[in-house]
Amino acid sequence: MSVTQGDVSRQLVDSSVWSDQDLANHGIPVYDMPFVSVGGGIGSFAMVDTLRIAGITTDQIRVISDLERPSQTYEYLASNSQIRSGHRLRSDSSSTVDCIWGWPGYALREAWGKKTPGVAVQVLLEPVAADYYTPKAGQVYESLNREAARIRWNQMVVPGIVRHVRRRDRGDYFVLSTPPAGSAATKRIAFRSRFIHMAVGYPGVRFLDDLQAYRKEHNDFQRVVNAYEPHDHVYAEMRRRPCTVLVRGAGIVASRVLQRLIDDRDQHGAQTTIVHLFRNYPAGPQGDKATFRRPAAKGWAYQGFNFPKAAWGGQIRDHLESLEGDARRDFIDAIGGTNTAPRKHWREQLDRGEAQGFYLQGRGEVQSVIPIPDTRQIRTVVGGTTGLPTTEYDADFIIDATGLEANIEDHRVVMDLLRHVGAGKNVKGRLDVERDFRVRNADNGEGRIFASGSMTLGGYYAGVDSFLGLQYAALRIHDNLVDAGFGQRIGPGRSTSQWWKWARNTGI
Amino acid sequence: MTPTLAGRMQSRLALLGTVGVVWTALIGLAVPRPEGAETSAIYKALFTALLIVAVAGIVWELVYHALQQYRWEKDWPTLFGLIVAVPEGTMVWILLKNQIPWDAGPVQASTFLTMFITLWLLIWAITNGPLQIVALRWRYRGGRFLGGWG
Repeated sequence: MSVTQGDVSRQLVDSSVWSDQDLANHGIPVYDMPFVSVGGGIGSFAMVDTLRIAGITTDQIRVISDLERPSQTYEYLASNSQIRSGHRLRSDSSSTVDCIWGWPGYALREAWGKKTPGVAVQVLLEPVAADYYTPKAGQVYESLNREAARIRWNQMVVPGIVRHVRRRDRGDYFVLSTPPAGSAATKRIAFRSRFIHMAVGYPGVRFLDDLQAYRKEHNDFQRVVNAYEPHDHVYAEMRRRPCTVLVRGAGIVASRVLQRLIDDRDQHGAQTTIVHLFRNYPAGPQGDKATFRRPAAKGWAYQGFNFPKAAWGGQIRDHLESLEGDARRDFIDAIGGTNTAPRKHWREQLDRGEAQGFYLQGRGEVQSVIPIPDTRQIRTVVGGTTGLPTTEYDADFIIDATGLEANIEDHRVVMDLLRHVGAGKNVKGRLDVERDFRVRNADNGEGRIFASGSMTLGGYYAGVDSFLGLQYAALRIHDNLVDAGFGQRIGPGRSTSQWWKWARNTGI
Repeated sequence: MTPTLAGRMQSRLALLGTVGVVWTALIGLAVPRPEGAETSAIYKALFTALLIVAVAGIVWELVYHALQQYRWEKDWPTLFGLIVAVPEGTMVWILLKNQIPWDAGPVQASTFLTMFITLWLLIWAITNGPLQIVALRWRYRGGRFLGGWG
């Protein structure tokens, strides 16, 4: 057998169970580490923060990450979707990603720190007499970095990209990582670990099939863009000359993109005409029961956050935990799906746009997207659904604001879990986890694999892809780990003493 | 907040039984009182009021829970937690004056209001955040201390 020392071989990659000897034969260095988190983003951060508060020391945790800081990917995506550090996220005041206790919330801190009592009043009145308070992105990033320093995050990070997670023949797992070129003596390194935490987030941005096809066929990546990729050139050109832009999607990102377009009209004299295309168009409240009816109007379904609030910790959470199979999938779809936040400013802008004729709505299924010969414009042909005629919309730009790629098979390491470790898919095609986020059918001896974040949507908790959801998952995983003898349960005493340390920014 | 029905009841009873008892004992020393009123008489009235808030509150929570079903988010806004002090306080006062559940002695409005308003604000403030410092899982459990986890 010919083996490059320090690297995997085809034979090793094809094998679902590895032994210590296998890795020794390949010359891959193996490090013992009780807990390894794969990802390094906010999901890993929430997990590690909880474990550190539970008394796990830094020498028992490693985070394999190719990020410089936990919020890096989030910041990148938020910034592209027009939420810069001074703009507000769609997140609750008490969903404090830097503070597992949720208090004081972002609103109180902002009111105190910036001497703006108005935001404290807003959080008192929300959502009855005011829009939901939501924190500025910059405040969230700043506080997260502070907490990362407090728990000594950098001491636990190992730069690299995880390619494989495999069962070890005598229990536990191997996590195989590729460190940055030149940073290690071998091409691969491995961790031998009892507990693995997967928090790899989205594999990438999602494109609507017809837009993806258009981009490839016409090699046009400038005029058809995704809201989650850098696309500031679009706004720049629209400020230079009158343009028509077609926006697709009716979620929070579409709302923010529309705000940016109208802000540019209001503040910079842009003469942009906006065509907003809806595939589904709720014209009135959704739901046939008075006790289960989501507000909706003019194509938009409205709720404060991506799920109803009680999905994070109330009767909706309880209900979802009790559901299995298709009933669970259908309920998640009913409380989630495409929706946006009911912000007064956004509604005012769109009403004004409609009245003045610069904001037009279209609806239906897209039939084709084609370039218009001899112009720089693109034609979108929308097929009429029931009762609606076929319509053509010509635009200078198309912005796809429909979301992020959620196909977990596009994730190499998650694919590895499915193919070699025995993990399965849930009712929404994502990674199947228990109520406490333990990956089903993946135990190995004493070893356990956990997962949190967007890849687990479809399980027993809806708000997995949110700050609070990541913290909830971390707490459930922590409780499971305590049962396995890893860490001390964060009960009332530890919780209070650790909060005091947090409040005083005392390092742990 | 996003309470479940069990969470509502548990939170009410737990907080009145701890914070409520301590606060009533303390505020009893500071409430306005009629000339010559015995401290024991003041305490009898105040603790009777506290008991009514707890027991009648069970019924109120059923009403709030029913109303909550008509909210899409299945939440109970912070403001509601303040506003409901008005009907609840009114009812406690009426019951006290009508000697229900027993004759709590002569009690003047300023005595009752001082106790009731300060207690309500204190518990409202605690349940809107600081409680989570001690009970980390409470907010995920819809206000329960027992059940709803694992």
